[in-house]
Amino acid sequence: MVDRNPWLSFFSHAVLILGVALVAFPLYLALVASTHTSTEIVQAPMPLLPGTHMWENYKEALLGSGKLGSNTNVVHMMWVSFVVAMIITVGKIAISLLSAFAIVYFRFPFKMVCFWAIFLTLMLPVEVRILPTYKVVAELGLLNSYAGLSLPLIASATATFLFRQFFLTVPDELVEAARIDGAGAMRFFKDILVPLSKTSIAALFVIQFIYGWNQYLWPLLMTTSEDMYPVVVGIKRMVAGGGEAAIDWNIVMATAILAMLPPTLVVMLMQKWFVKGLVDTEK
Amino acid sequence: MEKRVLFRSKWLPWVLIAPQLLIIGIFFFWPAAQAVLQSFQMEDAFGMSTEWVGLDNFRTLFADPTYLDSFYRTAIFSVLVAGIGIASSLALAIFADRIVRFAMVYKTLLIIPYAVAPVIAGVLWIFMFSPSIGVVAYFLDKLGYTWNHLMNENQAMALIVLASVWKQISYNFLFFLAGLQSIPKALIEAASIDGAGPWRRFWNIQLPLLSPTTFFLLVINIVYAFFDTFGIIDAATHGGPGQSTSILVYKVYLDGFKALDLGGSAAQSVILMCIVVVLTVIQFRYVEKKVQY
Repeated sequence: MVDRNPWLSFFSHAVLILGVALVAFPLYLALVASTHTSTEIVQAPMPLLPGTHMWENYKEALLGSGKLGSNTNVVHMMWVSFVVAMIITVGKIAISLLSAFAIVYFRFPFKMVCFWAIFLTLMLPVEVRILPTYKVVAELGLLNSYAGLSLPLIASATATFLFRQFFLTVPDELVEAARIDGAGAMRFFKDILVPLSKTSIAALFVIQFIYGWNQYLWPLLMTTSEDMYPVVVGIKRMVAGGGEAAIDWNIVMATAILAMLPPTLVVMLMQKWFVKGLVDTEK
Repeated sequence: MEKRVLFRSKWLPWVLIAPQLLIIGIFFFWPAAQAVLQSFQMEDAFGMSTEWVGLDNFRTLFADPTYLDSFYRTAIFSVLVAGIGIASSLALAIFADRIVRFAMVYKTLLIIPYAVAPVIAGVLWIFMFSPSIGVVAYFLDKLGYTWNHLMNENQAMALIVLASVWKQISYNFLFFLAGLQSIPKALIEAASIDGAGPWRRFWNIQLPLLSPTTFFLLVINIVYAFFDTFGIIDAATHGGPGQSTSILVYKVYLDGFKALDLGGSAAQSVILMCIVVVLTVIQFRYVEKKVQY
């Protein structure tokens, strides 16, 4: 910093502490609520310090006892979320690496048409075309399947553009050297380009995993069978029925904490790549 | 956009690009084309027959006061979300940029909402603001302010705005912080030597240099408010009371899946598509050129 003004520095910390407190408050409250019995929570005001029923609540949430109006438990729902998030993440990264490689390193007829076709998908989130997409997936017989849950969400080009940007910065000399050494296109791709893209891949992994894990509208529409619900849809179902007082908020909050855990851990552990991925994708 | 050195093959590029083209063809272009087609058709309730009706669906939409209302509410909602979100995260980023100690701790805590699913954010916020059990509603009541977003339209709107801003703060914050840290230190030091205080430096140097970031975030936040808040609204208000929080994307869902008005819903989708295309074009024209003063 240019000037060391202790008051300004103090003030900065004060603002940030206030900001963090406001941002963290809903999360703290969820955590506290997940450690009390349901009767303790519905008393106004609910306790603001952690209680002693954490273990029972999380066990109830994880394994379920049919009390929540569904027979599936959170362990199963989290498994569905995990599989879907992984298919979306790995699938998107794989097809995007290949198509970005084709676009940057080859010249072929209709290349610009392909490029713009892919580019167009950047603009329209699945929310805009839900009904017709639903019809297409239903006609293909993919309702209630992992393919149906993930493929329509892979159909967008953010990753392709990130890789394209990155490939354009790779020096041409590397290709020349590879060719002199007798390497073909795929050899160059596998042994040089993909290893060089490691950072971009890590960054995209974080962003796509969170995107896939947090999907709500699409799974809500296309899953009718309870054992295909991702955890995010499961939570909504828990609070959907009955009046607000009748909901077992302690179990709901325990489930919410469990559902937030994987994406939060991914963001915190891979913070560096996450930030890089965000800032690079958009520029 | 092309490399000087290229590989030569007639079939290999097609094989490489095929998986992506196939997936976007089936799950993007096919449904998008269907949406456009459907928006010019009327289908009876049993899906037995369709009839070409031209622009009738669009005419009906724009004659429908609830749709116009939804337009108006979406506009207010997105302006509030973008405005409050950008202003508050800019403030946080400015102060985070000033300090050295604990910077990492603040940053880590501030980015957590990014990882929270919108629908879970909605659930967390109704839990705090529930008129019967919510702890914030309780304390507001003690202060003499009655909170009931199930009855009061403005409070319902305030609730989804707050929840949406909360979820988006992390994203804005990271971009502003990255933007601030990319401003050359020499510039700030020079101004400082010339006698510019912190406020002056912020106003005359940092803020103008952040204008491309701010503009970019403005577009991103509007797109976010338009589409990614579906889960928040569905969990927190169901678009109610009445239709007071039923923004455009929520109405597409309500009319299409709940009311089964396929033509009307498709027409709404087409209008939404046009809005996004316009926003994206604006973004690329300005951001790609990196507006800078």
